Amino acid sequence: MSTAPTIDYEKIKGVHKIPLEELYTSGHRTCQGCESATTMRGFIKVAGSRTVVTGATGCMYVANTSYLTTPWIVPWMHTQLGAGGSSAVGMAAGLRALKRKGKIKDEKINVINFSGDLGAGDMGIGGISAALQSDYDLLIIMYDNESAANTDIQATGLTTYGAQTTFTPPGTKHPIMQRRWKKNVAGMLAVGHPTCRYVATACATFPPTDYLNKVRKALSIGGPTFIHTYDPCPKGWDYHPRYSNELGEFGIKSGLYPLYEIVEGNVIYTWDARKTGKGRIPVKDFLTKQGRFDHLKEEHFTHIQKMVDEMWDEWEIPGVAPIKGILKARI
Amino acid sequence: MSVAVAQAKSDQSGVYEREDLLNGCQAVAQGVRLADVDVIAAYPIRPYTEVMDALSKLIADGQFDAEYIIADSEHSQFEIVKHASSVNARAFGGSSGTGWMYGMEALVVTATDRLPPLFVVGNRALDDPGAFGVEHNDAMAVRDMGWLLCWVTTPQEALEHVLIGYRIAEDKKVRMPMGLAMDGAFLTHSQHMVKIPSVAAAKQFLPQYDLAERRLHPDNPISVAPQINEDWVMELRRQNWEAAKRARGVIKDAYKEFNNVFGSRYTEPYYFEEFMTDDAETVLIGVGTVAAPARTAVKRLREKGQKVGYVNLRWFRPFPTVELRDCLSRFKAVGVVDRDFAHGSPDNGGILMHEIRSCLYPAKQRPAIANFMGGLGGRDLSIADAQKMYDITQQAAKKDSMDGFVTWIGLRE
Repeated sequence: MSTAPTIDYEKIKGVHKIPLEELYTSGHRTCQGCESATTMRGFIKVAGSRTVVTGATGCMYVANTSYLTTPWIVPWMHTQLGAGGSSAVGMAAGLRALKRKGKIKDEKINVINFSGDLGAGDMGIGGISAALQSDYDLLIIMYDNESAANTDIQATGLTTYGAQTTFTPPGTKHPIMQRRWKKNVAGMLAVGHPTCRYVATACATFPPTDYLNKVRKALSIGGPTFIHTYDPCPKGWDYHPRYSNELGEFGIKSGLYPLYEIVEGNVIYTWDARKTGKGRIPVKDFLTKQGRFDHLKEEHFTHIQKMVDEMWDEWEIPGVAPIKGILKARI
Repeated sequence: MSVAVAQAKSDQSGVYEREDLLNGCQAVAQGVRLADVDVIAAYPIRPYTEVMDALSKLIADGQFDAEYIIADSEHSQFEIVKHASSVNARAFGGSSGTGWMYGMEALVVTATDRLPPLFVVGNRALDDPGAFGVEHNDAMAVRDMGWLLCWVTTPQEALEHVLIGYRIAEDKKVRMPMGLAMDGAFLTHSQHMVKIPSVAAAKQFLPQYDLAERRLHPDNPISVAPQINEDWVMELRRQNWEAAKRARGVIKDAYKEFNNVFGSRYTEPYYFEEFMTDDAETVLIGVGTVAAPARTAVKRLREKGQKVGYVNLRWFRPFPTVELRDCLSRFKAVGVVDRDFAHGSPDNGGILMHEIRSCLYPAKQRPAIANFMGGLGGRDLSIADAQKMYDITQQAAKKDSMDGFVTWIGLRE
């Protein structure tokens, strides 16, 4: 098994230590306050220029790489909506074969795929699962703005319970159409792939430098790795663009979005929302800052708070895996 | 798992390393080894699967060095191949029937991204019902998508067309994905003696894959397949169209060079082969293994003094319009054998027939056309069936009817 680190890991201590070089630059047309653009700018800063990137279909494809212009200083290629994992495998395999056979120079080249929640969490999860079973050095980053944001904000398997989207409008008969609890992609992938040595959740701006260090750690640990980022979206979540950073922070502090990394099978909370830890803010404080939850009534807030509390207080691995203890076998 | 065994005398010229008893799948695997493919993605579906079985064994035994990836679906399989191809690795995949259709999204973008991997299609009927036998609609589904597409009739041709296919697909003037189709069971699983080229000869014929300015590598930081709105699609489609046009010349050159290296075997115009057509008045035309009963029937009918022949169409995309028109307009009647279907199409016949009729429209002398739907889902097309088709085609020449010229052969009624 190949576990050679693709970059050397050095922790970034403080925002003033973030690399200055920009490899994702002008030439894109993302919305004001787009957290996913920050996520993208961040990962390539720490990965560096010896990197190839594939970008799955999604708002970060449509809004970034318009024909005859490109914000990418590194090689970048579009991949299909559900092909995030397989695109990374194909490139990593191609590069490895070419290096082994002496057809190109033998050097470390990062392979990174950037896919949205609809592509990576729903349609492409099979391909990502297969990628995490492989022995290639690759990183898949799932940017999660909780919607199909390039097609006018449709619900995905990762949309927060109760949120309003064009597929889940509030109505007179059904006040809430999004009645699915958010799919726990990172936890699912971590639990199911014992040879994958690093899975994490992150937010580009909170806590500061945490996300960048996770990317760096994933690339340096080697093998197939996965990071799930929470990306507030002014357009889809319906708030003023200036509050993107704040919303990421509030989402994490409310306990809705658990922040952790799983290194070699160990769960490490990088912002602790367990009761015994730093504590949580009420979920309502986070939800009421967004237009997409305007239609919720008190009973809905109560329900969501109850679900979040249960997630943290009753699960065997709080916030990560919905296992509520181990029952004694009755034989 | 059957592995080819019979070792025959080694070739004196050095062009061939040995002769083995191989089925179509095993022959393709040998072609992939000789093409020094870098990345292989596998996913099982009958009857193509044995190609991947054979390749994994070659790799396990150290006879061949390539990345071998077991994919989680055809969609992933074809995406892996496409992306490996984009970083300048020679890549190989394949499928059959509905599996081929499951990966269709990836197959489309491989063509529109102008990447040249080679895929084998072990032709199989489309479900439902689950049927494993040969039918050509699977491969023909990419006929309008910017693919090269050809059919082979023997394991020898199958092996050789892996090398020929990569050479054409990767040519800078072409850069289109290559579909190598072969009939399920009748070819994928029937064994013939196959002359296996030497590594040196294969290398001499097939240059190293070089995507040059299009390869994805940190030394060449390009953006591939950026999102376009409405204003450039026509130009890009036109570029695909021009590549397909240029491919016609590249195909001819490839066969000429193949004959140079391996000794003259393929004859002009290469896109198709004529069998006993010199003084023929009636011919059948088809693709794939229909050639076997059709040729035998020709021999038997010739003994009875009938002027019949067979045209085996090898290249379906790009379609050899001019060459085929010149060829077929010499005859009084042409019977097109379709192992595919085009429901609700203008003549309620097969896809191949519609293409051939269209190709013949500008001809000064148009032959009468008969169309046969036969062998669907793997039903055997016998020598007697072929003789019957010749009879009907000869009748068509006499009445030259525009109606009711589609006959279903071997249908239970």
